[in-house]
Amino acid sequence: MSDSILKTIFGRLTLESFPIHEPILLVTFAGVMLGGLAVVGALTYFRLWGYLWKEWFTTVDHKRIGIMYIILALIMFLRGFADAVMMRLQQALAFGGSEGYLNAHHFDQVFTAHGVIMIFFVAMPFVTGLMNLVVPLQIGARDVSFPFLNNFSFWMTAFGAALVMVSLFVGEFARTGWLAMAPLSGLDYSPDVGVDYYIWALQVAGVGTLLSGVNLIATIVKMRAPGMTMMKMPVFVWTSLATNVLIVAAFPVLTAVLALLSLDRYAGTNFFTNTLGGNPMMYVNMIWIWGHPEVYILILPAFGIFSEVTSTFSSKRLFGYTSMVYATLVITILSYLVWLHHFFTMGSGASVNSFFGITTMIISIPTGAKIFNWLFTMYKGRVRFELPMMWTVAFMLTFVIGGMTGVILAVPPADFVLHNSLFLVAHFHNVIIGGVLFGLFAGVNYWWPKALGFRLDPFWGKVSFWCWVVGFWVAFAPVYILGLMGVTRRLRVFEDPSLQIWFIIAGFGAALIAVGILAMLIQFGVSILRRDQLRDLTGDPWGGRTLEWATSSPPPAYNFAFTPIVHDLDAWYDMKNRQAARPTGGYRDIHMPKNTGAGIIIAAFSAVCAFGLIWYMWWLAALGLIGVIAATIIHSFNYDRDFYIPAEEVTATEEAYGRQLAAAGAA
Amino acid sequence: MVLNPSGDVARQQGDLILWSTGLMLLIIVPVMVLTVLFAWRYRASNKDAEYKPDWDHSIMLELVIWSAPLLIIIALGALTWTSTHLLDPYRPLGRLSPTQAVKASERPLEVEVVSLDWKWLFIYPEQGVATVNELVVPVGRQVRFRLTSSSVMNAFYVPAMAGMIYTMPGMETKLHAVLNRPGQFPGISSNYSGAGYSHMRFTTHSVDDAGFARWVSEARAAKTPLDAATYLKLEKPSEKVPVMRFGGVDKGLFDRIVQMCPDPKRPCDTHNMGHGGQPGVNNRHAMPGEPEGALFKGNEEKHGGDHQSKPSGPAEGTQNPGSEANRNMTQLLRPRVPGASAADRA
Repeated sequence: MSDSILKTIFGRLTLESFPIHEPILLVTFAGVMLGGLAVVGALTYFRLWGYLWKEWFTTVDHKRIGIMYIILALIMFLRGFADAVMMRLQQALAFGGSEGYLNAHHFDQVFTAHGVIMIFFVAMPFVTGLMNLVVPLQIGARDVSFPFLNNFSFWMTAFGAALVMVSLFVGEFARTGWLAMAPLSGLDYSPDVGVDYYIWALQVAGVGTLLSGVNLIATIVKMRAPGMTMMKMPVFVWTSLATNVLIVAAFPVLTAVLALLSLDRYAGTNFFTNTLGGNPMMYVNMIWIWGHPEVYILILPAFGIFSEVTSTFSSKRLFGYTSMVYATLVITILSYLVWLHHFFTMGSGASVNSFFGITTMIISIPTGAKIFNWLFTMYKGRVRFELPMMWTVAFMLTFVIGGMTGVILAVPPADFVLHNSLFLVAHFHNVIIGGVLFGLFAGVNYWWPKALGFRLDPFWGKVSFWCWVVGFWVAFAPVYILGLMGVTRRLRVFEDPSLQIWFIIAGFGAALIAVGILAMLIQFGVSILRRDQLRDLTGDPWGGRTLEWATSSPPPAYNFAFTPIVHDLDAWYDMKNRQAARPTGGYRDIHMPKNTGAGIIIAAFSAVCAFGLIWYMWWLAALGLIGVIAATIIHSFNYDRDFYIPAEEVTATEEAYGRQLAAAGAA
Repeated sequence: MVLNPSGDVARQQGDLILWSTGLMLLIIVPVMVLTVLFAWRYRASNKDAEYKPDWDHSIMLELVIWSAPLLIIIALGALTWTSTHLLDPYRPLGRLSPTQAVKASERPLEVEVVSLDWKWLFIYPEQGVATVNELVVPVGRQVRFRLTSSSVMNAFYVPAMAGMIYTMPGMETKLHAVLNRPGQFPGISSNYSGAGYSHMRFTTHSVDDAGFARWVSEARAAKTPLDAATYLKLEKPSEKVPVMRFGGVDKGLFDRIVQMCPDPKRPCDTHNMGHGGQPGVNNRHAMPGEPEGALFKGNEEKHGGDHQSKPSGPAEGTQNPGSEANRNMTQLLRPRVPGASAADRA
């Protein structure tokens, strides 16, 4: 076949696009293939494909979608962490003329992939998953506002993640850093497929993020149980609302800036190029106008989790609920007024720099108020140190340091010496690991019994906790120190041999964290094996205060047989206090949405379209796009979207739960 | 290094880190102590501790927890406003050291900095010399840097001297700084700029006035001048470039670099940006060498999907074991740079 026909069919995909010369990647590929085959084989052998398709892939149940989001986040977390370990090893080795074991081509992809994966495909789906799982339960709803959209959003995120994973074995990923700053990400300096993978993975996943933001806002605004006024919403619902408002306001900016970048790359426009009137500074501004709110998109739900956990495990009302809510809203608004602090060093004037420096510092006031609120929630409480509470205390001690270093970086002249340094790297890991990740781990330990019906094994949880917390400080304290020694980020080799010891210590910290991750996986495994001993019969294993604990664990598909009526903040605690009787009769048919495969199909076509665009296979891109449009139209003619859970079935389910409660009460 | 630098600007910036840390510790330390204290005192097993499950509000406490951080931020904000204006890199220095003001008669030394892929070009317009990867400044004299970049963004950073400032293509930034001690100080690029970024290092030599004059005359003796043709060769990507000196510099070269038109054959954008009957800058076709959008690429132009680390040709190690180039795993060829001696090129 002639070369031209091959190029028309395969675009720029050739045999050389496969990493056949890369031993590390070949071994990884073999491992992934073997593991994948084992999973596929097992699923086929146990005839689980039908079950997975019917009960999970096509589900519109917010709880299952939430769980799938979290599984996606955990899988991607392992990949992102593997990247982190590779970087730590490279930087610990590359001294005294040694080039280490990664060349620039690999190392630059690794740090880009690490950032992209950890933010977009670990933190985001993890946060979205917990919000999906918990928010409808906390507001006493049966599902989210748009259940099909929820399923579709998940699959868009998942296929975006899949594109990043494909880039590992087909072609390469971007070598630009996680924000693909122009002009480096333009066609002039990055002609390869890496940046195209970056753009299309984020565009596909971005659709999912945005739609799930719309969905959750609508859910929180419209679907609260009667009596739950805004100021009676649990704090996690408040922070979720703030986060989703931020998502809906900020993500379109990311979509737009990536769309302009792709126009530069595909249509030869000059938005961000050096010449012909292009302006790279516009890219920097736009990406950070999205990028800074993104930070709060991640941390606010974590703040919500800490609020729920502190109050529950101190057996006490949350101190300063009102100021907590206002603090959240102030942070939400201020997060749009600080983006320039990411580039004080790009030559803006002193007044502009001071303005953005000071707005940044102001954010620390409501954040500080929140910390005090958690502190005074513990005050005169009865603090039970179960795992979620341990993560919360570790967060409070770790996060204040991250907050302090953040304010240091907000002082422009100090930023001139610390910007792009390892001090900065240590700072944002301090707030993202010590804040977001610790919060998510607290949330997982807290809500696992609600989601799956059994508690997590505390022993392995504690092993994981201590390895993580100690590992974090061993890994990042040296990075802070290196930053103060003037060492900057993304360097692959070093000259000054006196720095090596710090990188080696940081490497040990990473190893400790690896043990923590392993212990967490063991914790999950052990808990699943011992699920009968760890079973939560009551639906309220922690002495909870909010509505998600008012139903069984795991909740039935319809969440609540009767929509609860709310009289007070901490509605479930209030109901328990007043000895509200659980309704035992008068059940009615429950109207529910039906599962549909349209979400996964449309998302798969989107990924096909993206793959075609990445590799310049125009016919494949067109095919994918036609597929998206056709599947959407066909789905819109599907009128068979709902069904009723008959009253008998509800009665049976609720009576079984009643017997379970009675048995637990007797025991 | 950041906290104990050799330049007055960096010293003030380092002191600012300590001051702001100190201010914040006023609140951070009590919070951490209280966290541990409350967590311990109100642990569930301690039945002696007071328990008030419904206590959730106190006007006094709320006032304290909002106003205490507010007061600290007011103090820090004032510090920020003054220090940001005082240490604005665009502002000529007011003092050379805590004890020594800048004399009105003394003009700063002008140095023009261009970040190239992946090396640093320093032009001394008044002395008429230029260097690659070597910065020499007289100790105790204010230096005014004008900075730009040839291709992508970098940041110019000598940690011992002053904070960093970005070098950006098509744009010019400024930095004023001084080195108070003689010696050699490492300089780096602190913004990732591609494959050769890790090796974008240079040494800053801080020397006395006599030493500086000696160095200038040495540099002038270098045969190659830095003209447009030499620059165009120099700006091609290369790594681990040895120090080079140029005995002369084309007038206005830096300004043409800022306008992205060092090639005399190419018009500067500013020349045809006018609207007086001239075509606007956006109104011309791509020139040879400028990439086209993917949609307009013919099949023969579709390439670049390879895994670039694939060996190009037989591995050097098999032919020339022990070669220094075997350590360079980036697969970029050793630079063929103008001004380097033949021995360096081998």
